[in-house]
Amino acid sequence: MYNGGKIIAGLIIFAAIITSPFLLNIGKADEAPQPSLDTPAINQMSEKKCVESAEFMRTGHMQMLNDWRDQVVRNGDTVYVSNSGQEYEMSLENSCLKCHSNKQEFCDSCHTYAQVDPYCWDCHTDTKGAGQ
Amino acid sequence: MDRRSFLKLLAVTGVGGVAVFEGINQFGATEAAEIKKSTKSLQGKHWGMVIDVSKFQNAEDFKRIANACHSYHNVPDIDDPKQEIKWIWQDDFEHTFAELESNYLSEKIKQQQFPVLCNHCESPACVRVCPTKATFKRDDGIVAMDYHRCIGCRFCMAACPFGARSFNFFDPRPYIKEINPEIPTRTKGVVEKCTFCVERLDKGLGPLCEEASRGGIVFGDLDDPNSEVRKVLGENFSIRRKVELGTGPSIYYIFGGGGQSA
Ligand code: HEC
Ligand code: HEC
Ligand code: HEC
Repeated sequence: MYNGGKIIAGLIIFAAIITSPFLLNIGKADEAPQPSLDTPAINQMSEKKCVESAEFMRTGHMQMLNDWRDQVVRNGDTVYVSNSGQEYEMSLENSCLKCHSNKQEFCDSCHTYAQVDPYCWDCHTDTKGAGQ
Repeated sequence: MDRRSFLKLLAVTGVGGVAVFEGINQFGATEAAEIKKSTKSLQGKHWGMVIDVSKFQNAEDFKRIANACHSYHNVPDIDDPKQEIKWIWQDDFEHTFAELESNYLSEKIKQQQFPVLCNHCESPACVRVCPTKATFKRDDGIVAMDYHRCIGCRFCMAACPFGARSFNFFDPRPYIKEINPEIPTRTKGVVEKCTFCVERLDKGLGPLCEEASRGGIVFGDLDDPNSEVRKVLGENFSIRRKVELGTGPSIYYIFGGGGQSA
């Protein structure tokens, strides 16, 4: 075999490069986002509860916001009565962001991780009144 | 399978299918026990306004109502008549009541300015032309905007005979002095206009221009014979803008007595 050493060395380098993304990340599973609940409004709650259960909110909040939007804007209904009987104003800025006033550490931490970029903030303002 | 059992099966699957889809459809994916109006919300069949022109004598009277509206609703302050955004503003007699032309207008009427805003028409041309139903008529007569659906085609602006609609040619946020965090702004590429303060009515409050007008504007239900607006209309000579176009404006103008600034 001509140039056997070079070929084998080349193959080893090739294999190393091609597997490097995997090798370099061994044991470093990408950390799941940790949305922070540390806001004044939530810290004051005796029972830390969202509008619905955390499981439902995690998977269903986008759909819920769509429903809220249509109910408020098109029907003029503004009050949401949750499963547990609690009443909430259906509003992005006056409900969600009143409790979750740390949009960056809460909403954005998940959204950046999941690479979703809701366009809501073109118009809706976060509590600091600065949009995004 | 004979015909009889086939029909029975069809009936059962039909009923079952409807029940399943009804169940899925209820409230989409939300778990709400109930979605309802606020108990405080103002209910009306046909909201309208009466504007007493005699209460609008100087620039200050106009500025007060425009400021109340524009600062609350995050309406940008753009100093260019081609690109400005306005929900409530002022205009002279000839532009406000073009069809009431007279060869010999009194100097007083020539000088008089009139508050103008969206007329929340009975059969609004803007609603008819909107391809996405972004602008629509609520059951209480308000011509509302669903900014989420607006694609910025501007058909509504072409259709509106009152120039009540403005287009956002660029991001309005840099032109808003202080953003009211309770209300969304709008963004580049959508049309906006007066909403008759729907978000306030739904919470039991009246429109801001009425509140700031010191009695120059009365708001109420035109379908209710006992309402304040109807009382005022019953006692005064009133006119509406461009009625010959058949859109049926819900804003009435009276020329009151007094002559005093509010
Ligand atoms: C009354 C205060 C309050 C309001 C209003 C509120 N939240 Fe929450 N939210 C919470 C609390 C407290 C939790 C943590 C609940 C738990 O861990 O059981 C939470 C949890 C969540 C979670 C799950 C977070 C996770 O760790 O997985 C999401 C998503 C969420 N909220 C979104 C929203 C959205 C969207 C709205 C508006 C529709 C909203 N919240 C309105 C207080 C609130
Ligand atoms: C637990 C993580 C998590 C938290 C916390 C969270 N989101 Fe989300 N959100 C997601 C994920 C994941 C998606 C994308 C879902 C998809 O694309 O199917 C999403 C999608 C959305 C969408 C739809 C976006 C689109 O383009 O359709 C909206 C609106 C939204 N989130 C609003 C919020 C708001 C407002 C908050 C804070 C109050 C919030 N979310 C907090 C995980 C989260
Ligand atoms: C073009 C600007 C614009 C965009 C983009 C936008 N909204 Fe809105 N939205 C508004 C305006 C303006 C209102 C207020 C209407 C009213 O009060 O009559 C509103 C009202 C709402 C409401 C009900 C009341 C409130 O104040 O929250 C919800 C819920 C809502 N929007 C959700 C969303 C969500 C979720 C998104 C992103 C997926 C979004 N909106 C994107 C302009 C916008």
